[in-house]
Amino acid sequence: MSVTNLDYISANPLLPEVHEAMIDAIQENYGNPSSSHQLGDQATEVLEQARENVAHLINSSTPEEIVFTSSGTESINHAIKGVALANADKGKHIITSNIEHNAVLKSLRRLTRMGYRISSVSVDDYGRVNPDDVAKAITDQTILVTIMHGNNEIGTIQPIKEIAEITKGKDILFHCDGVASVGVVPIDVQDLGIDMLSFAANQFNGPSGMGGLYVRKGVNLWPLIDGGAQENGRRAGTENLIGIVGMGVAANIALKEMESRVTHAKKLKDKLVTGLKDQIGDTIINGHPEFSLPNLVSVSVKYVEGESIVLMLDEENITVSTRSACASGALRASHVLLSVGREYADAQGTLVISFGRDTTEDEIDRFLKVLKESVETLRKISPLYKKN
Amino acid sequence: MYSEVVMDHFKNPRNVGEMKDADSVGEVGNPVCGDMMNIYIKVKDDRIEDISFQTFGCGAAIAVSSMLTEMAKGKTIEEAKKITNKAVAESLGGLPKNKLHCSNLGADALQLAIKNYEDKKAGKVREEKIVEEKHEHLHGETCKCPYCNGDVDLELDVCSSCGKVVENCH
Repeated sequence: MSVTNLDYISANPLLPEVHEAMIDAIQENYGNPSSSHQLGDQATEVLEQARENVAHLINSSTPEEIVFTSSGTESINHAIKGVALANADKGKHIITSNIEHNAVLKSLRRLTRMGYRISSVSVDDYGRVNPDDVAKAITDQTILVTIMHGNNEIGTIQPIKEIAEITKGKDILFHCDGVASVGVVPIDVQDLGIDMLSFAANQFNGPSGMGGLYVRKGVNLWPLIDGGAQENGRRAGTENLIGIVGMGVAANIALKEMESRVTHAKKLKDKLVTGLKDQIGDTIINGHPEFSLPNLVSVSVKYVEGESIVLMLDEENITVSTRSACASGALRASHVLLSVGREYADAQGTLVISFGRDTTEDEIDRFLKVLKESVETLRKISPLYKKN
Repeated sequence: MYSEVVMDHFKNPRNVGEMKDADSVGEVGNPVCGDMMNIYIKVKDDRIEDISFQTFGCGAAIAVSSMLTEMAKGKTIEEAKKITNKAVAESLGGLPKNKLHCSNLGADALQLAIKNYEDKKAGKVREEKIVEEKHEHLHGETCKCPYCNGDVDLELDVCSSCGKVVENCH
């Protein structure tokens, strides 16, 4: 039986057009864009075409504002550490939120060892930041605000535009982690008014190991990687042209298909959320009912542990992700779920179901059926489940 | 990730469920740590005549509970006392390194059930709902880097000696 992939946020298939373009790049474009001969020119041409496609996807005013990186994580590290290092003489205070991805969290913790001070604002029960809290946290030492767009665990989308209004005109830079959102929902960096945006190709059917960082013209940040003048001087090292080409094509198609993808995802999400409430019972849907990513549902299934559900579903060729501590390797309950008020036991029983353009309603139905059986089996074993 | 034996016990767990007329119960773990396990025993002529479990936990925790009940069933109290966490893990064909802590609960729950049984027999009043905070040791204690054996900085999850990221210390 073929695998029903409902873990799109971890990995999703390359589009045939992306695959084809990457194979072409492997066969034909082995040149180094830095070379000043015809092989170099040819490579430069495809490199800049990809940059233009990515710039269009997020409505950047010029392709020069796009830096290709190795991952969303690298982009985030680059934005945060790059700004911190470049602006240390101005101040050493950074504002973030309680539900950021580990790439943000760990980068900031690392900076605390170098004398930087971090303020982290809390979120409401739906996982939303109150922009007023960001405004209140600002000091004369603040150099950067970093808050994510769509949350990768619960899907909640932050009021980015409102937060950007606060930092504007204050000599404070605003970085937004858009990894879970870019290519999934419409993002317009000019409309949002942000200075930096991190994203990754594998969230929109592009290759894994490819990320991008939007840096608004005029923003001062240090490179993470020093060397040559590639990527307009933002990131040294010979470019991963094959990956970049794939990302460019994926960005182009994501932009074209944006509306139909969002409509399709919303339909699946509605069906899934209704099914979870009606068919499984004793579940909590996490995240905001309105301001939320359309391609992701987070559900806490009471009285059972997430990894055991994932195992049972896997046996039936259905792949989903869990936020249980037991599966994460770190053996700690998700800070995001605890921040939105989940009890430890409920956090342990949390699944993240994510899908994409090729997911069908039949697959959602099959998932619900198998999930129901798995949860019934596991609840019979659970000491927390008391039958009425 | 898991051995065939683990998957077999996970998919077809033996001796599942609450035992209403148990002679003793051992309850360990809590949801903060990720796992909870109850072991119920019925003792006759100093022998574990019947045993069952309830577990809230990952695949490894469920398999450990199931295997443990199989190992303890029919054993005398003295024999059952010798069942260790290591022995349960070995019978399962081993567990992934980051899952070994799950196996710790199994034998602990059994030993607690036996202790409660012996206390009861000796006339000691059993405190209701004894929950052992067995995972306390996971916090506060220093953790050694698997790459160079240096001390791990638990706030950053990095080794203070070689700087590598170490994630399984909590």
